[in-house]
Amino acid sequence: MRSVILSAAARLLFPLLLLFSVFLLFRGHNDPGGGFVGGLVAATAYALLSLTGGVSSARRVLPARPEVLVGTGLLLALGSGLPSLAAGRPFMTGLWAGFALPVVGKPGTPVLFDTGVYVTVLGIVLLILFTLQEEDEA
Amino acid sequence: MTLLSSLALHVGLPVLGLALLLTLVRLAKGPTIADRVVALDLLGTLGISVVGVVAVAARNAVYLDVAIVLALLSFLGTVAFAAYLERSR
Repeated sequence: MRSVILSAAARLLFPLLLLFSVFLLFRGHNDPGGGFVGGLVAATAYALLSLTGGVSSARRVLPARPEVLVGTGLLLALGSGLPSLAAGRPFMTGLWAGFALPVVGKPGTPVLFDTGVYVTVLGIVLLILFTLQEEDEA
Repeated sequence: MTLLSSLALHVGLPVLGLALLLTLVRLAKGPTIADRVVALDLLGTLGISVVGVVAVAARNAVYLDVAIVLALLSFLGTVAFAAYLERSR
């Protein structure tokens, strides 16, 4: 499908959607949002690219293959539970750093877990989407 | 409750509900697939409006993020439908 309007709009919308997804990810601790919705919004950004320019153009922008993203996200979520074990507390107890970063707030293990969920959801949705679309294109 | 939020609740929502009903009629009748896709898109847009009006009525800005995500998904859905129709023709 070739549409100048759509591909121009997709190029403008793509960074905006990724920014919104990261905003949702970081806001999830105190307000509605979180890793799952953030990952879904990021996946729609890539879906928009793959609809306008084909799967190959979306794959070019993606930092890793979707399968790798799923594994990385799961490892990240699992790894977020380990620092509490090292500190002698129950598995997955939330630990926070003693300092606060500007805008984002105090870094801690819960945001690591949420980032893992974000990356996993992004990977799984894109894996399903790309597989279906490549089957259609072939 | 302020005048604006009660207006949104007692005027805005019924009007949007009526529009939703009329759009559903088009969705059910729609002679061609294109009619149904447009009706589905309008349904999504009306859903966004409902969320916006609820945000005003409840005086809670958090609802507006729901509207953003809904707008995004309904836009993408319509584009996907258009691509599908173009290919199947």
